[in-house]
Amino acid sequence: MRIGTFKESYASDAALFDSRTQHVWLGIAAALLLAFPFVASDYWLYLACLIAINVASSTGLNILTGYTGLVSLGQAAFMGLGAYTVAILQARWGTPLLFNLLAGGFVAMLGGMVVGIPSLRVKGLYLAIVTIAASFIAHFFFANLKITGGTAGLSMQPGQVLGVVLDTSFRLYWLIVPITVLMLLGAANLFRTRIGRAFIAIRDRDISAEVLGIPLLQYKLLSFGLSSFYAGVAGGLWAYFFRVVTPESFPLSMSIFFLAAIIVGGMGSILGGVLGAVFMTLVPEVLKLIVDVLPGSADLTVFLSPVRLVIFGALIVGFLVFEPLGLAEMWRRTRRFFHLWPFRN
Amino acid sequence: MDWAYLFEISLTGIASGGLYALAALAFVMVYKATRVVNIAIGEMLMAGSYLFFTFAAMWALPLWLAIPAAVLASGLLGAIIERTMIRPLLGEPPISAFMVTVGLGSILVGLVEMIWSADQRRLPDFMPTKPIMIGEAFLAPKVFWGAVIAAVFIAAVLLVFRHWRGGVALRATASDQGAAYSVGINVPRVFSLAWVASAMLAAVSGIIVGSIGGISSSMGVFGLSVLVVVIVGGLDSVLGALVAGVLVGLVEALAGAYLGGEYKLLATFIVLVAILMARPYGLFGTREIERL
Repeated sequence: MRIGTFKESYASDAALFDSRTQHVWLGIAAALLLAFPFVASDYWLYLACLIAINVASSTGLNILTGYTGLVSLGQAAFMGLGAYTVAILQARWGTPLLFNLLAGGFVAMLGGMVVGIPSLRVKGLYLAIVTIAASFIAHFFFANLKITGGTAGLSMQPGQVLGVVLDTSFRLYWLIVPITVLMLLGAANLFRTRIGRAFIAIRDRDISAEVLGIPLLQYKLLSFGLSSFYAGVAGGLWAYFFRVVTPESFPLSMSIFFLAAIIVGGMGSILGGVLGAVFMTLVPEVLKLIVDVLPGSADLTVFLSPVRLVIFGALIVGFLVFEPLGLAEMWRRTRRFFHLWPFRN
Repeated sequence: MDWAYLFEISLTGIASGGLYALAALAFVMVYKATRVVNIAIGEMLMAGSYLFFTFAAMWALPLWLAIPAAVLASGLLGAIIERTMIRPLLGEPPISAFMVTVGLGSILVGLVEMIWSADQRRLPDFMPTKPIMIGEAFLAPKVFWGAVIAAVFIAAVLLVFRHWRGGVALRATASDQGAAYSVGINVPRVFSLAWVASAMLAAVSGIIVGSIGGISSSMGVFGLSVLVVVIVGGLDSVLGALVAGVLVGLVEALAGAYLGGEYKLLATFIVLVAILMARPYGLFGTREIERL
């Protein structure tokens, strides 16, 4: 139990995790993450890995869209860049896994920076459309280049770390989740640094940011690069997880999925990206469970995919209209309630 | 180089560009009045064509009744969308409204698949089927008549919005909301009007597009080309929508004929990026002056 906040030094004010209670809860969360693979079934492990990949990618998008204010509908394309890089490296040369993931991240980063070049001249929604253009151009190259295997795509061997072959969800969990946690910590720390603060300044008003001496193009490109790096690594993990990469793996609707995830979770909040990605990945699964339980489920299964689309859209609209700050804001309210509990509610 | 073939392709491109221009007009109308980028324009088009399908093919209404009914029902849909999704976001950053329309697109596709299933359907034929020859060039009759209808509608809309009171109110709101309020224009009502008119226009172009290529739940892809058209033309420019419509139609037709079908979208998107790099607000868009 803790009432209010009382900070005595700048260091404690700027701390990433600010209170004892939070440390305890984080410890419990970490312990749960460690214990999870030993108790969960294969299906839940599969879901956990998928969620972790989505969390990584939507955190990347959150850096770009939530913190820097540049809307992007190209996140899936950058994931594709990472996935193809990993698949090509793994299938052709069999280079080590961690090297491949990094390479995937850096290739996606380069791609992101190229797409980001128009961002100084082109603003707001024009830029969002440019990123759609980029994702179509990327899709075209995936489908037509020789090295990407054309429309058939690439299939690859399971990855290896220290001689352990990563061919089950259980083993992949130990690769994907730690990397995602690392990237999350990185993103959370980014906004305690000069670079992250510059991003936020650009989001709030880019001209004022420029007047304050922030070189706009440089930081916008950096934001695009970082966000695509996250997408690239997530795409690489995706490639190791599914082991088949085709041009259809990364459609525009996937980019929309990530955008929806950060809207639902809460833009401009690391926790929001996580909550949103978890929530949005689980919604279709919960729907499937409900349909299975309901009577006459055979007829309902036909409706499953359109119902999913409607709910997906309704979630975006509903959150924007009723809860624009997303799940993260709900969480903050809950937290505040417990801070102040006996006195105000 | 086969000049006759090039001429024929160009004609087809220009004709399909007319359709883009009509849909783009629907888009520009909403953008000018409410500053909402409606990324779901393709899905609204699809909704209109499915309504027409219901009235004409499933309820077997005569055409002269089915078409107005579909257009009116789309208008109602537009009003509902404006009331429930766009109005609550007045004053929020433009990005929010943009994302609401992303959600709207998904809802519309889902509803269409729930009600009519995802299968490809054919609309009843209502256009003359005699082949059209212009000089030596052959033009598919549906494409030709579609372009003619689109052109007539574009002209009618432009005239109506130049002279009708509602049109004047809409243009006044577009140029300065505050000033429009102060001279007694009911701005929220203008917002509704813009959405209703836009949904109706989208329905008309949906009926034409659907009767040329059939309807399916993936018809919304047409909206991507429309989006390119409005961005190339400049979001808030009617003239831009018309010119860019024809330009994009032409580029798509030429790329499709000389390079192959898969190059169509690639070519238009490359044109888009190139034009945006040179003119960040599109060909005829208003340049926004920003200051602190």
